[in-house]
Amino acid sequence: MPEATQIRGIGHSVRRKEDPRFIRGIGKYIDDVKLPGMLYMDIVRSPYAHARITRIDSSEALKVPGVAAVVTGKELEAAGLAWMPTLMSDTQMVLPTNHVVYQSQEVAVVVAETRYGAADGVAAVQVEYEPLEPVVDPFKALEPNAPLVRPDKDKKSNHIWHWEAGDRDATKRAIDGADVVVAQDIYIPRIHVASIETCGCVASFDRVSGKLTVWMTTQAPHAIRTVFSLVSKIPEHKIRVISPDIGGGFGGKVPVYPGYVCAVVAALTTGRPVKWIEDRSENLQADSFARDYHIRAELAADTNGKMQALRIKTIADHGAADAAANPSKFPAGLFSICTGSYDMPTAHVEVDGVYTNKPPGGIAYRCSFRVTEAVHTIERMVDSLALKLNMDPAELRMKNFIQPEQFPYRSALGWEYDSGNYPAALRKALDKIGYADLRREQAEKRARGELMGIGLSTFTEIVGAGPSNTFDILGIKMFDSAEIRVHPTGSAIVRIGVQTQGQGHETTFAQIVAEELGLPVENIEVEHGDTDTAPYGLGTYASRSTPTAGAATAIAARKIRDKAARLAAHLLECSVDDLEWQNYQFQVKGAPERSKTMADLAFAAYTNHPQGMEAGLEAVCYYDPPNLTFPFGAYVAVVDIDRGTGEVRVRRFLAIDDCGTVINPMVVEGQVHGGLTMGLAPALYEQIWYDADGNMHGGTLMDYLVPTAMETPRWETDRTVTPSPHHPLGAKGVGESATVGAPPAIVNAVVDALSHLGVTHIDIPITPPRLWRILQEKGVAL
Amino acid sequence: MSALEPVGRASIRVNVNGQQHSGEVEPRLLLVHFLREDLNLTGTHIGCDTSNCGACTVVLDGVAVKSCTVLAVQADGASVETVEGLEQGGQLHALQEGFWQEHGLQCGFCTPGMLMVSRALLQANPSPTEDEIRRGISGNLCRCTGYVNIVKSIQYGAAKLRGETPVSTQEPTHA
Repeated sequence: MPEATQIRGIGHSVRRKEDPRFIRGIGKYIDDVKLPGMLYMDIVRSPYAHARITRIDSSEALKVPGVAAVVTGKELEAAGLAWMPTLMSDTQMVLPTNHVVYQSQEVAVVVAETRYGAADGVAAVQVEYEPLEPVVDPFKALEPNAPLVRPDKDKKSNHIWHWEAGDRDATKRAIDGADVVVAQDIYIPRIHVASIETCGCVASFDRVSGKLTVWMTTQAPHAIRTVFSLVSKIPEHKIRVISPDIGGGFGGKVPVYPGYVCAVVAALTTGRPVKWIEDRSENLQADSFARDYHIRAELAADTNGKMQALRIKTIADHGAADAAANPSKFPAGLFSICTGSYDMPTAHVEVDGVYTNKPPGGIAYRCSFRVTEAVHTIERMVDSLALKLNMDPAELRMKNFIQPEQFPYRSALGWEYDSGNYPAALRKALDKIGYADLRREQAEKRARGELMGIGLSTFTEIVGAGPSNTFDILGIKMFDSAEIRVHPTGSAIVRIGVQTQGQGHETTFAQIVAEELGLPVENIEVEHGDTDTAPYGLGTYASRSTPTAGAATAIAARKIRDKAARLAAHLLECSVDDLEWQNYQFQVKGAPERSKTMADLAFAAYTNHPQGMEAGLEAVCYYDPPNLTFPFGAYVAVVDIDRGTGEVRVRRFLAIDDCGTVINPMVVEGQVHGGLTMGLAPALYEQIWYDADGNMHGGTLMDYLVPTAMETPRWETDRTVTPSPHHPLGAKGVGESATVGAPPAIVNAVVDALSHLGVTHIDIPITPPRLWRILQEKGVAL
Repeated sequence: MSALEPVGRASIRVNVNGQQHSGEVEPRLLLVHFLREDLNLTGTHIGCDTSNCGACTVVLDGVAVKSCTVLAVQADGASVETVEGLEQGGQLHALQEGFWQEHGLQCGFCTPGMLMVSRALLQANPSPTEDEIRRGISGNLCRCTGYVNIVKSIQYGAAKLRGETPVSTQEPTHA
């Protein structure tokens, strides 16, 4: 009988299978792919945010030793490739033919025998520009005489789209008649995922077979292959996209950037493999950004603090193209999760997308389609309401939580939350951190003039897109897949439609199969990321791997178990109904000594299967989730503020997460640690901003402040477990919870530290200069 | 002189992971490119162009350096240790074991740099405090782990190198 300690399926902290190659430095990341005869590509970029191109002269560049070709928009236009679709059905220039619309936009590419030669070639391309007036502020972009960012569009306006959800009239009535209304403008600035590996690709075209192979830093290889085929007209079976080891994704590797397309074109035209690897500055300056939401929120309640309505109006700055990667019916993503963990009768939310002369976006920054913006808004508004009512923010949350017995819960904005126990999570957080003691300490410190704050965030996420009747990317439904083949001697290969960028799929998906089939985890190999071998799937982002492909893996395994049951009945000479799956094996009911393990049955599937049964032991599942999953958490931040410098020190941070069933506790904790750090970052440090001329600030790691080990606190974590009722394993996904939940806890803590001085809100990032100015205004700066 | 005029090449001899290598390189060639392109040692990664991220950290004559900010010609006559040199005789280095055991890596891209900066740190200070470890790795960015487990990994490696039995926070059995 196999023991759980041998199988090490669900619930075990199994050491990761992917690590042996990474700790030895023999992973294969994109820049490690080297092909014979390979050329290197580098990109000429625009110094202007808005300009007409009057001349591009490549002649000097072509004289640089080793330069093989220069490609401009003119060449692409001839091939019908000067423009490409974005994942939001907008269009974006690959290379411009006559004007540029953001700083650092790709203008031309140079391919050369060496990396250094390509850079020399870029320096030698001469481009003449005639600067045009840029529009940088999205509110100004909406004014009647604003410069037009996209004259190519039929609609002669910078307004892209309007989207809304909820009941406008009922919300207005509730807000107009409410006892208490708090209103707040909140700006969530542009940030960048800044994965430590930048983007890149190697494109190789085999003239003989007619096959294009693209190794590419992509989180969604299958969808990319389909789009490549549709745009290039190369038949899809002649395109292979391989997502090798990926050095962090976080949403930044979902879109198709012009560099990828140019490398493919260069490979096709030169007949040689072409490698393109971004510099960090290019990555920060031109790849899809996240956020950039200008929010106006109002929350209404009665005098007891019971919430009555939420109204939100938002301007979404998309830059020069809507290049987000949202499901097509959701231009503002899942922003309508903004009623959060709270039971309120009505709400209305509207968002308007706007073009400006800034790089296109906006993708997620480790979050499921605008959930972070939604959570930040509601969690800030709850604290504003608590302040207005002079009520403890924990008490106000407890009073308004959706209660455990209300699940499945239909929110005012139409979502059906699958499961949750919000009061239990918050109680656990408050007990564990010693909330009452912290409040006492705060009062003492305040009396001494010291600034200490305690901030809460009790968030609900919405992840795992999605049910295919509602969710698609460019029309491709958001199911996901798994394919399992059990070998005769009891080991197995699993191929999945999602792939790791660090999350640990090679380990956790093996654990799912181990658990379902009773095979030791070390005997299960997971493959992913190669469109020639993996089943079609929509990729890894929006915390969707475990909710979708994880479910597909469990169901494919169960199909295998069903067949194995018939094999067991054959071997044990009984009927399938006489068998039970117990202790990771099939045994005869009432006679457990008569049993067959999966290894026995795998061997029989190839050596001793009954007449009339197909040989082999394999299964495929394409899983269409019936609903999304709703992970949640209760976070507490404790901060101290330095009155001399305006610096915020996060003294303690406790995260109670609930992602349903936990497959690998070690991996889940690691995801939470990383997510918290990517929540700390925008709360206190990271921002990309533009001056009036459209010049970017924050375009290198010198001034885009990714937290180091010095700023990052010693995270404290724990969990509650409320399984998802509709997921085959009860799992909900966890990769992004902490990034979504952490920022408002930190901001709420800083505001809490200053609330006695009349401070009710501070926009992120709360940098020392920003905070020091507030301390100065309030007369408490040292 | 224009940057585009042909430049001469320089001869260098560098000991990398105990092996002598010689090469004819452009004077402007960065050490990281010499290691990755000329010697095919691709474990050393490149994550930025401003010496901020530390993914390219190697140990040069006993000192942790960012190999994107050292010219290959500056390493002439020197000894360089990269991540590929940590494993000896099929035996993982204590730090490699620590990172695996303590889940000190996720995407793995910053890991070689983290391992090499930790190696130099522990050579200088075999028993660092947590604060000393955090300060010691503060020139290296990790976007995945939140550093908590990297600190534990280094503590694990340090304990093992001191001849102690490291205390792991994870299950004793592994895949």
